[in-house]
Amino acid sequence: MYAFDYQRPSTVNEAAALLANGSGAKLLAGGQTLIPTMKQRLASPPLVVDLRDVAELRGIDRTNDRLVIGAMTTHAQVAESAVVASTIPGLCNVAEGIGDPHVRHRGTIGGSLANNDPAADYPAAVLALAATIYTNKREIAADDFFQGLFTTALEEDEIITRVSFPIPERFGYAKFPNPASRYAMVGVAVAKGPQGVRVAVTGAGQNGVFRATDMEAALTNAFTPDALKGISVDPSLMNSDIHGDANYRAHLVTVMARRAVQAAAA
Amino acid sequence: MTSTGIGVPVRRREDFRFITGSGQYVDDISRPGQVYAYFVRSPHAHAIIKNIDTSAALNAPGVLAVFTGKDLAADKIGGLICGWMIHSKDGTPMRVGPHPALALEKVRYVGDHVAVVIAETLNQAKDAAELVEVDYEVLPAVVDLARAQDPGQPQIHAEAPNNTVFEWHLGDKDAVDAAFAKAAHVTKLELVNNRLIPNAMEPRAAIGEYDRGQDSYTLYTTSQNPHVARLVLSAFIGIAPEHKLRVIAPDVGGGFGSKIFIYAEETVCVWAARKVGRPVKWTAERTEAFLADAHGRDHLTTAELAVDSSGKILALRVKTKANLGAYLSTFASSVPTYLYAPLLSGQYDIPAIYCEVDGVYTNTAPVDAYRGAGRPEATFVVERLVEVAARELGRDPAEFRMQNFVKSFPHQTPVIMTYDAGDYAACMKKALELADYANFPQRKAESERKGLLRGIGFSAYIEACGIAPSRAIGALGAGVGLWESAEVRVNPIGTVEVLTGSHSHGQGHETTFAQLVSHRLGIPIDQISIIHGDTEKVQMGMGTYGSRSGAVGMSAISKALDKVVAKATKIAARCMEVPEDTVDFNDGVFSARGTNKSMTFGEVALQAYVAHKFDSSEIEPGLKESCFYDPTNFTFPSGVHIAEVEIDPETGVTRIDRWTAVDDFGVIINPMIVEGQVHGGIAQGVGQALLERAVYDSSGQLLTASFMDYCMPRADDLPSFNVAMTNTPCPSNPLGIKGCGEAGAIAAPAALINAITNALGHENISMPATPQAVWRAAQASVRKMAAE
Repeated sequence: MYAFDYQRPSTVNEAAALLANGSGAKLLAGGQTLIPTMKQRLASPPLVVDLRDVAELRGIDRTNDRLVIGAMTTHAQVAESAVVASTIPGLCNVAEGIGDPHVRHRGTIGGSLANNDPAADYPAAVLALAATIYTNKREIAADDFFQGLFTTALEEDEIITRVSFPIPERFGYAKFPNPASRYAMVGVAVAKGPQGVRVAVTGAGQNGVFRATDMEAALTNAFTPDALKGISVDPSLMNSDIHGDANYRAHLVTVMARRAVQAAAA
Repeated sequence: MTSTGIGVPVRRREDFRFITGSGQYVDDISRPGQVYAYFVRSPHAHAIIKNIDTSAALNAPGVLAVFTGKDLAADKIGGLICGWMIHSKDGTPMRVGPHPALALEKVRYVGDHVAVVIAETLNQAKDAAELVEVDYEVLPAVVDLARAQDPGQPQIHAEAPNNTVFEWHLGDKDAVDAAFAKAAHVTKLELVNNRLIPNAMEPRAAIGEYDRGQDSYTLYTTSQNPHVARLVLSAFIGIAPEHKLRVIAPDVGGGFGSKIFIYAEETVCVWAARKVGRPVKWTAERTEAFLADAHGRDHLTTAELAVDSSGKILALRVKTKANLGAYLSTFASSVPTYLYAPLLSGQYDIPAIYCEVDGVYTNTAPVDAYRGAGRPEATFVVERLVEVAARELGRDPAEFRMQNFVKSFPHQTPVIMTYDAGDYAACMKKALELADYANFPQRKAESERKGLLRGIGFSAYIEACGIAPSRAIGALGAGVGLWESAEVRVNPIGTVEVLTGSHSHGQGHETTFAQLVSHRLGIPIDQISIIHGDTEKVQMGMGTYGSRSGAVGMSAISKALDKVVAKATKIAARCMEVPEDTVDFNDGVFSARGTNKSMTFGEVALQAYVAHKFDSSEIEPGLKESCFYDPTNFTFPSGVHIAEVEIDPETGVTRIDRWTAVDDFGVIINPMIVEGQVHGGIAQGVGQALLERAVYDSSGQLLTASFMDYCMPRADDLPSFNVAMTNTPCPSNPLGIKGCGEAGAIAAPAALINAITNALGHENISMPATPQAVWRAAQASVRKMAAE
């Protein structure tokens, strides 16, 4: 790790001020990716702005027909939340399946979304649920937010404050973990709700999380696992690595999609 | 017998300090004035070093020194050695290139040591290491073992043409050819024994220290054999003579073989301590461990089994290419030769065996012993072949094995070994019963109803522990003897300190060794200390590997205890004024037969030291005895493991449903610790079969250099094990112990792959059987079934 400065603001505005003017500062929102990367000297921000004391970034609430989760809410808090369990129970399962207990008690939903790791779980859930990502500057639809590997619509000095989910009729997530890292080798989130049927896939695509539109069409006709029979994603757009090649990943997308529909029905 | 004697599941005494964080590992030790070493490592698999510019690094804050291979050479520090000479078929000695601790002229694998920066803090050393400018001329790399010996491949060492270290063989080729010519059936397999990275929980570490007043060195290091380390560092590398070099291996957090070897880092730390006049510390980061700890396995094998029309095995023919990496590590040459081919007879009466092994250099990390060392590779060959032969012949695999088991002992195999004792059928029968083999078809049918494929697989392994006697292994090329030493020091009040040349790095010696003493002397184990791991305390020892510490290390203690009891009996007789031959010693009490006279062990110990009641010209005062014990033969633990798996053909995920292990370890000191060793061994074997694989890309970059990509077994990969024992005492050592530390890792891979191929209905799957590989194979099976 290289030397760096550290600040722990208590409001979003203070944090944003520290990011301004191309300071090169990095936000610490749990640090489950940033800290290991810094330890390996692969990242060397001059300033780390820790969001842990920003109270306005915390909390889980239901407001009318939406579930709102503060950006600094940990995965463990989502997994154990009675509010989430009573609105989008499948989201508890998503959070509960991230990493290990240490990661779940440090890592946050805002941190995960801002990082947009192509094998992270939350991007699939957020995209399938057509959530809205609120920042200190604006609101961004999930469809506009994810822009490829580790790339989002966020600007340099923009801070995610909360994520707002429309409450669906059905939601399910099925993940095939990479045996080594336990990140998603393929993760498929399926939602049926006010935005129609949406299927989002993480871990598999060459360009990060994506929507499987053929599957969405099939599930719009019949929201059953069998509706997905014979529907697959294009292997040429899938990732290949030592753990699984593109054909295997494409196959798993269909299998996991079926299992996600099954989970959503349960 | 005491409540802490042989056969009692005494809780491990050492665990309190380990689980409360009060262990003393090398990294826990800080020496006054200590500074930090950080190694500049090669980013290339194969390159010429044209120049190293250290000037910017030397000027960086906190830097005391930057050394390269030239500095070591100038001090006449020798290279790292390989301590086992192998001769090729044609009688020529193995062809070995030099292995400098810091590279000279060339680097030969990613992670190879180029320079060391020594600075006041670790971060300063790292910062400065980034300023060391190395001008490399990158060469093409040899990574693919199958092609490494081909003409036209890049040459890694000038001394080893075609990258071939040796072309070794064992057995009778003509007899094997003749047997194959008349065989009714031949089973042939191409097998890959995948390359593994050991990943002990504690990374390697070293602190070198130099005492200017005494002109002597101390090395704290993560070693399984500190005396061997001292011997090599003294006699071969030339750091200092043995009496001027103390090596301490304190608490060590797992080794699995990887901490047997004498590496560059500790060599450099102890040498540099004198150069900079400060203690020099290095602790491996996990990535360094992946890159530069010796790896394990990595064989390509073609194996054939000849069977007659009655199902009797006639002969075995094996041709193996063994990847030795870029340099020969300390015992690298012995692992794929004498620790491998002599085990190819398995538990079977095979009249003729012929094995050829080519040892091959590649631009990868050195490969050396890893839990089992040669024996897992041999077992995988034998047990895959036997299983497939049974299937091809339409025979029940258990029954086919039993037909071919060795049934009378001693049994001379065609590959050196004389099996001394065993009852292989008893193990098999017990395992079949515990595994509920009879009802496997019903379980398979139930799985099928759920859309899952169920399979069962056997592995009837043999291993050889406690390699011995020294004279025999010397004749096979070993550079060392493989005896063990012990010294039993009885204190005046009757407590006991045992100094052993074995080294505990997870095995629980502080408990089991004390149990032996408790059993023999009739004193509770809290009055017994086991001391190991320090060359200044223990005079000499060969360390712990190859499951030798029970059979060899404890036998040395047992022999020393014999001497203690003999002398104490003499003293007791004098004290009680009775003839020696009327004194019995039981449960810690010396009693004179036919009288009511008795003395406790503690009372006799005190008399030994006050020396008031015997003539010290006849009996020396004191009570301290030692022994160097060299066994008469290897020990031959054996067993049967049965794995039962359920495969999801949609995803290729293999779930282990049942695991039955019946092992014959001879006499068992602590059944709980033995069972723990079996569990750990199975876990590592499951890791090899399902999960673990070191992958280099074609340029020699290690793709699996972290736990993100190198898949270690976790608790949820494993079932609850059903472990049982049979106990045929070993006749070759006084305790009847065989050794248990590697059995699980030896048995497990073949059992699991046999189960998976049984479930899939065809044999074409390599380790690790990843979900993708199993899915592919399952698709082929489903297609085949559909076609039928």
